[in-house]
Amino acid sequence: MTKIGLEIHSQLTKLESKLFCSCKANYREFEPNTNICPICIGLPGSLPRLNQKAVEKATMIAMALNCSTPEKIAFFRKNYFYPDLPKNFQITQLNIYGDTSVGGIGTLMVGEKKIRITRIQLEEDPGRLIYEGSSEKNLVTLVDYNRAGTPLVEIVTEPDFENPREVREFLNILSDLLENLGVSDPSLEGAMRADANVSIEGGNKVEIKNIGSFHDLEKAVHFEITRQQSLHSRNIPIIQETRHWDDKRKITVSSRSKEEDLDYRYFLEGDIPWIKIGNEIKEKLKSEMPESISSKKQRYISKYDIPVQVADVLSSNKFYSDLFEDAHTKENAKEVANIITTDLMGLIDTREKRESSKLKPFHLKEISDSIQSGRITRTSAKNALYEIVKTGKTLSDIISELDLGNVSDEYELLKIIELVILEEPQAVKQAKSNPQTINYLVGKVMQKTKGKADPKLTLDLLKKKIQ
Amino acid sequence: MNIKISALQFTREVKSGNISAEDFIAKTMEQIQNVDDSLHAFLSINDKAVDQAREIDKKIKLGEKIGQCFGMPISIKDNICIKDTKTTCASKMLENFIAPYDATVITKLKQQDAIFVGKVNLDEFAMGLSTEFSAYGPSKNPWNTDYVPGGSSGGSAVSVSAFECVASLGSDTGGSVRNPASFCSTVGYKPTYGLISRYGLISYANSIEQIGPLTRTVEDAAFMLNLIAGLDPNDNTTVDNNNEDYLKDINSGIEGKKIGIIKEMIGEGIDPSVLSATKDAISKLEGLGATCEEVSLDMVKYSVAAYYTITATEAGSNLARYDNLRYGYDFSVEGYEFNSYIEKARKKLGPEVTRRMILGGFVPSAGHTGKYFLKALKVKSKLTRQINDAFKKFDLLISPTVPILPFKIGEKINDPVSLFLIDINTVTANLTGKPAISIPYVISNGLPIGIQLIANSMNDKLLLQAAYALEKTVQLPEVPI
Repeated sequence: MTKIGLEIHSQLTKLESKLFCSCKANYREFEPNTNICPICIGLPGSLPRLNQKAVEKATMIAMALNCSTPEKIAFFRKNYFYPDLPKNFQITQLNIYGDTSVGGIGTLMVGEKKIRITRIQLEEDPGRLIYEGSSEKNLVTLVDYNRAGTPLVEIVTEPDFENPREVREFLNILSDLLENLGVSDPSLEGAMRADANVSIEGGNKVEIKNIGSFHDLEKAVHFEITRQQSLHSRNIPIIQETRHWDDKRKITVSSRSKEEDLDYRYFLEGDIPWIKIGNEIKEKLKSEMPESISSKKQRYISKYDIPVQVADVLSSNKFYSDLFEDAHTKENAKEVANIITTDLMGLIDTREKRESSKLKPFHLKEISDSIQSGRITRTSAKNALYEIVKTGKTLSDIISELDLGNVSDEYELLKIIELVILEEPQAVKQAKSNPQTINYLVGKVMQKTKGKADPKLTLDLLKKKIQ
Repeated sequence: MNIKISALQFTREVKSGNISAEDFIAKTMEQIQNVDDSLHAFLSINDKAVDQAREIDKKIKLGEKIGQCFGMPISIKDNICIKDTKTTCASKMLENFIAPYDATVITKLKQQDAIFVGKVNLDEFAMGLSTEFSAYGPSKNPWNTDYVPGGSSGGSAVSVSAFECVASLGSDTGGSVRNPASFCSTVGYKPTYGLISRYGLISYANSIEQIGPLTRTVEDAAFMLNLIAGLDPNDNTTVDNNNEDYLKDINSGIEGKKIGIIKEMIGEGIDPSVLSATKDAISKLEGLGATCEEVSLDMVKYSVAAYYTITATEAGSNLARYDNLRYGYDFSVEGYEFNSYIEKARKKLGPEVTRRMILGGFVPSAGHTGKYFLKALKVKSKLTRQINDAFKKFDLLISPTVPILPFKIGEKINDPVSLFLIDINTVTANLTGKPAISIPYVISNGLPIGIQLIANSMNDKLLLQAAYALEKTVQLPEVPI
């Protein structure tokens, strides 16, 4: 049986400051090496100053993943040399001397399947190395410490996955969960990274590192399974090793450095005293936690009678569910959910589009009310939505500017219907014998009015005309 | 002008207008000029000190608000950061490190209008007890310049003892304040762990070290503590002392106090003159109404081994950043080559630091941690339990600060183990986080001997009261410089 385990690193991008200093956790907008201070670049004499909010957010993640949460947590030093690591040790957590990381054993359901979480720990992100130069000879390694000290949560799973599809589903659920908790924005570049370990029946465990995106993770896991199966079928032993994902060639390559042999000389970080996380704090955090995705979904279904599929899509995305929460009333909930999932999601399907969108919750309220009152048709609503996202104008302005108001004038509509009847004798004949096919003619009328014809009135008039 | 006065005397004299800060600082700088060529306490001098003193005099004249130091000249161990000032740790590795920020203790002293006359010598990265491991040459003992001043805060002790300042800040990881204080006949005080912020103190073994004052009198030590103690958001290990005034009631005496004489610190290996000084001090304390009784802390015999194991481990990590990439050699990007870099990576570190870095790579490593590092931690926690038990019965503990007299420069430098063992009486306070103080007690054949008192955590006030009482029984000759 194939076994896959994951090690996921998620930055707590929603925090104001880094894990041990007041530099910005959102380092992305800075020129290289400008979001730094004596603490995060490890200047002699500086000491870590723990960001309590980071401990709280990490504990929330642990609770959301049903992990055990110890009474007291501690930090450890992981000692190794690397140019992106200012102090040449990373402050992280460790459970080998007892459970002292923010989260112990937990679970996350992927459909019907239970994935066990091994542990969750809070640690600092290193800086970034940037390689420049076209050939081996003029290769330069640049170091940017803006990222150094960014709060990072490591989530380790048991090898409970059997195929790449399960891995992908898990990562989708997990990233939705982290976003819903308000701790992280997984869509930010580098905010969420993952390593995988893969083994097949009768083989040793192989770790894969350096995987840039979740999309590549799935590919890397797939490649690795195939590689191992191919070795196995030829009776070549699968050795325990670390392999790197080669992004260009889309294959895994054995690592030259023997990372598994590194001795990190872990020991307790004396500069950060043990932190007590008692029941009182846990209760407080629980009360501050946003409603979970599954509970949202249930509420949408039971309270607003929103179809399961729609509720599922809506609840799992924080951006859209927040929008829904702000825009809906008891009366229009179903309509708002419908507009979001059928029209809006396709319209602003990337992070950039979402950020530049001018749409506000009141727009959705306007649109759904106008549909319900028959002021505009669904088709017109879709056109209006496109304009709103672009300009942020009110619906009324857009209706008059683009002439989107319904054609509900009987005289005008009759003229169009008569024209359609003339043009479509075959369809008219059919509709007479089979009333259900009349919808084809309604569609034709819609076409001629650019979707503005009041559908109910059109149908009534057509029926009268044909009989 | 008499510069041989205590810190408190200085502040009173300036406050009352008897002397000006400028005159005193000028005279102090002159003293440094005169004696430091032979003593080598200083690694760098503040050439703006006189100007700064003039500013303070101006403030006093104009009746402006003035800090409690009134321009008091203080020397600072060169492992504590002063903004825009070289902070070398007496290492070639940090030869050109100019601190871009102030240590918390410096910020606090600046607010109180202290003047930093210069940065003083130490064993490289505070590793040693003689200043012989300074990359810039040893300091000399003012009582006899053939002898070591102790260490690692040797420059601090020398500068206080030779009137090159009125007080100094050192750091104490295993006795580095108390040992040179004892060797140079000054007061040296290591407060409870967490009482003084370590922010800006360049770490050697961060879980046990503390900044501490070296002064002429116990009162001065209490005064300094008043100025620099307390919670600091920049150091998560600091503790709240509720703005305790350590000077208040310092003359309360020690009548009725129970003092334990640590058996393991007056036995094997102790110099006879040190033993007789200790016995004398004990009888003096009894004469003041204290009751003294021997107490055994048998973990003390493992304390030095545990101390060096733990400090090497932490040093190996704390000093890992000095990898030549960001400190040390100037590299031109041209011709940069990884292997030559690795080869040179630690070459700017001296022999003692190198020894401890190697030790620090070994004792906590995967195959050996159980045998060494974890065992050392066990000793640490057992020792703490023992000393806590002792404090159930005793208010204070007493021992000589150092079991031997100051030794000659060069005498022990090739015998690291015998050097290590000199720490036997001082490391216990560090491993257990307790406050301890060395009081200058007697000059034996021209060399100073100090007595150490230890109190329970956060009982610093009681410790200072007892030290004050003992100090009052002592008459010491003037240093022969």
